[in-house]
Amino acid sequence: MSASRFAPAALSAPAVLALGVALLLPLGGIALLSFQGFDFDKGIIPRWDLANYASLATDSLFLEALARTFRIAVIVTVICLAIGVPEAWIIHRMAPRWRGLMLLVVVGPLLVSVVVRTFGWMVLLGGNGLINQGLRALGVPGAPFRMMFTEFAIILGLVHVMVPLVVLAVWASLGRLDPALARAAESLGAGRLTAFRRVVLPNIMPGILAGALMVFCLSASAFATPAMLGGRRLKVVSSMTYTEFLNTLNWPLGAAIAVLLLLAILAVTLLWTRLVERRALRRLGVG
Amino acid sequence: MPRNDRNGAVAIGFHLLFIAFILAPLVVVVLVSFTDKGFLAMPFGGASLRWWWAIGDNPRFLESFWFSLQLAFVTATLAALVAVPAALAIVRFRFPGREALMALLASPLMIPHVVLGVALLRFFAGLGLVGSFVALAAAHLVVVVPYMARLVTAALAGLDPRIERAAESLGAGRLAVFRRITLPLILPGVAGGWTLAFITSFDELTVSLFLASPSATPLPVRLFTYIDQMTDPLVASVSAALIAVTAVVLVVLDRFYPIDRLLTGERRA
Repeated sequence: MSASRFAPAALSAPAVLALGVALLLPLGGIALLSFQGFDFDKGIIPRWDLANYASLATDSLFLEALARTFRIAVIVTVICLAIGVPEAWIIHRMAPRWRGLMLLVVVGPLLVSVVVRTFGWMVLLGGNGLINQGLRALGVPGAPFRMMFTEFAIILGLVHVMVPLVVLAVWASLGRLDPALARAAESLGAGRLTAFRRVVLPNIMPGILAGALMVFCLSASAFATPAMLGGRRLKVVSSMTYTEFLNTLNWPLGAAIAVLLLLAILAVTLLWTRLVERRALRRLGVG
Repeated sequence: MPRNDRNGAVAIGFHLLFIAFILAPLVVVVLVSFTDKGFLAMPFGGASLRWWWAIGDNPRFLESFWFSLQLAFVTATLAALVAVPAALAIVRFRFPGREALMALLASPLMIPHVVLGVALLRFFAGLGLVGSFVALAAAHLVVVVPYMARLVTAALAGLDPRIERAAESLGAGRLAVFRRITLPLILPGVAGGWTLAFITSFDELTVSLFLASPSATPLPVRLFTYIDQMTDPLVASVSAALIAVTAVVLVVLDRFYPIDRLLTGERRA
């Protein structure tokens, strides 16, 4: 059929056109912009060099924000795995009528705007917030504690936003698991924990690793939660980009920060995927 | 089911703590929205609906709510129009560039929203379109296309192509096959994708922040900039209203399209 030779092109044209114009062109534009200069009187200066990147490499504020961004992302990922994986396993083992409801409760907040969810933490963590009121009522020495505008607050808020994603990813791979596996292990005398660690865990590892990558990337690029819970001084790379573009108006420098963030995320994704693939091959006894 | 499939006491305890952690900020927001004080306080000392009535006195929030609804509707519909044909190409054909097309459709998931925001700000500033509905719709389209593509591709992959071939062999034209056979069969996937795209667009903050203008302000942007200046119980009542609407949508949606399948794109979980 001659028609079917052109059918794929015709069918994919709208998507390619839309993403080409609204994604690839703008990304290319921002990459070009990052090589240009800036002057507070004249605006963007048409020159082409690496001056923006050079100045970022020695900018202590940027380096500090960069370190903070990745430190927070690592901690958030570790915590999300530590509590999200067991939670998915627990929900998986529940009686069916509880299972659906509990999954809805855990995953449902994903559909509520991050602004709303983070605002809840502002109410809880403030100097006069609920947690401090409770601590003072209990007579805890040192209360009220300063929790807002700390890295602790950012991490707590991000864990709350991200952990449902881990539960979901692990839940999906648990669904593909033969329920007889864990039971067989237990009937052969393995304790509940041993059965989980030796039989279930290796089988759901792909889901865990995929969830970890997603949480890391989303935490490293998160904007709303760090901006709302970290305040104006605790900058992460995302909020720094925002400031350069909408407050300082040094677009070329902001573009350079954005490009670096994107490259860092892409590099982590590629490395992680390679690592995971190599691990899978080793398990199959190939690598 | 054998008894040892059940969770132990430690597991149940952990689960209750986990649920408390997940629900705490949402419950607190709902409670604070019923305070009768002029500041963020729990309603136990005195409850009232004054901050819920206050939503009606703030036309800006209502304006943004309608704007976000329209934006989400247009975005989700455009996403369906773009992603359904692309998914058809991917599932039904083998062609050069197929892998690249799949990567392109999924790529917005990997791009930090701040990066997308500044890139689109720069792009639409050059066209004089910053602060327009068009710019926001295009930006949201990029954000939601991966979800739509994933769900429609999964729905198509689960469809037996022999049904389509049977219709064709009986003399139905390509368009008729699509309209009468394929589309009805993948409709749950398309509807699920449309709903997820709608919700994602409705909740989107970061990209919108760069493209919004006073006359085109989606609700999350309105809420974010309001909180940046002050936090009074009005934020709580608007947030509580959003939580309530989401909860209703969630429960209804779960009847038709289980939430885990919606969010993972898995056919069975």
